[in-house]
Amino acid sequence: MNQNQVAPAEESKLKVTIEDKLFLVKYKIDKESHIEIDQEKFKADPVKAVLYICPAKTYTLNEQTGECLISFENCLECGTCRVAAREYVKWRYPRGGFGVQYRFG
Amino acid sequence: MSESEKFTCLIVGAGPAGLSAALTLARAGVEAAVLERGEYPGSKNVMGGILFTTILDKLLPEFWREAPVERHITQRRFSLLSKDGEIGIDFKTSAFNEPPFNHTWSVLRAKFDRWYAEQVEAAGAMIIPGMMVSELILEGGKVVGVKTQPGGDELRCDVVISAEGANSFLAEQVGLRRVHDPKHMAVAVKEVIGLPQKVIEDRFHLNDSEGSAWEVFGQAVKGTFGSGFIYTNKDSISIGVGSTIHDMKRHNLNPNDILELFKKHPSIYPLIRGGESLEYAAHMIPEGGYTHLPKMVANGLILTGDAAGLVNASHYHEGTNLAMASGVLAAETVMEARKKGDFSAATLRAYEQKLAQSFVIKDLKKFQKVSAFFNENAHILRDYPDVLVRLLKDYFAISEKPKAEIEREVIARFKREIGVINLVKDIFKMGRAMR
Repeated sequence: MNQNQVAPAEESKLKVTIEDKLFLVKYKIDKESHIEIDQEKFKADPVKAVLYICPAKTYTLNEQTGECLISFENCLECGTCRVAAREYVKWRYPRGGFGVQYRFG
Repeated sequence: MSESEKFTCLIVGAGPAGLSAALTLARAGVEAAVLERGEYPGSKNVMGGILFTTILDKLLPEFWREAPVERHITQRRFSLLSKDGEIGIDFKTSAFNEPPFNHTWSVLRAKFDRWYAEQVEAAGAMIIPGMMVSELILEGGKVVGVKTQPGGDELRCDVVISAEGANSFLAEQVGLRRVHDPKHMAVAVKEVIGLPQKVIEDRFHLNDSEGSAWEVFGQAVKGTFGSGFIYTNKDSISIGVGSTIHDMKRHNLNPNDILELFKKHPSIYPLIRGGESLEYAAHMIPEGGYTHLPKMVANGLILTGDAAGLVNASHYHEGTNLAMASGVLAAETVMEARKKGDFSAATLRAYEQKLAQSFVIKDLKKFQKVSAFFNENAHILRDYPDVLVRLLKDYFAISEKPKAEIEREVIARFKREIGVINLVKDIFKMGRAMR
């Protein structure tokens, strides 16, 4: 009985994926990134937590180079990456007035 | 910069701590300004959604007549979720329908903080939005101002009140804090889901402006040390999950995956069915508690709110009230320091004493062992909910088996899977951690 009877038509307004949820969020995107990655340290880290832990999927792996790609415009400014991977993430707040703009919060 | 442009106090961050400090200083006629990195106050501010208001009600009596509050909370609910079931405690009283409404409200912070900032401005405080403080200016071991972005302007002051939130860069700069230990920092994600007012009131059994606050443990967060929550707003529901970054990292979890499991749980889904996702947000919560509080003052600097780690992460989930209290006490300390003409750490240390005498530190002290307890006894949140739901399922399963036999089986199973001694031990330890 733990299966959920999900009616697809009814479900459409409830978002599921991070990608879909980010469309709900209002941003004022800066030209410059507020995040830097030390790529050598990132490559050397076996855990690479930023790739899975970020609530906004800001970090993805470039399969070819093994480097970390940063979609800083996705950032919800929680700072989790900085706590989870302080060794190689240099994360600051975006410049004043830029970044996420919560309407509900 | 000319001397005339020097402020007595600069406050970093227009959240509940910073705004409460600004309001207190403005009323005392102290020259202060709040620097807020968001385009408007509230635009960066997130919480689950319950605002406790004993302090706010003193600062702005009967604020609820004007403020954009959502619902006053008359129902508290606590549940353990198993994969397919739930055991819970439900408490409701209409006694909370009278002013001051038990000082407990659901709010949406972007709206509420914006309103609060307007009241603070009306009282004469200066609030400068769109200005991010990138660092403190230090001279001779003293904080004498801040550098801001964009523009790189420098602003001078006698003292800075940091109300910068969970990411406490300024506290780190002067060595009051280090980057948080992932065990003591939680990340929470939340969704605001729109539903008609009538539907919410029917689903949660609420009259008019009554509200429900529901905290959920166990499989709500895949058995990690964290919890899920559902709070009712006027015509939306705030639903979210939070867990320590340590646990998320250890189990390779993404917060949104946990949120989606939570939303699909058979106890949760009927509450949000047919709703519309309106916003998605993420935020960190400093949960180190009493044992991991930093030193709260330096020469020319006071830490408040989340920046000072002032969060009661027990089942109360209280942060904003502590933030407001700390803001007021920081402001009072600044006023005393101004009279003395001395903003050194030695003078500002009075702030720590004020905090220690208030409910802020007393409550943190009371719950200091809770988080350590659940970190050390992960099995309680991970295993108990499933076992308990199975036991109750067997107990309530209707068949032609005589009830006495069912009882014997359930008791035997209980002894096998948990054990009386283990349960008594866990309850005893939990009781001690809560005392």
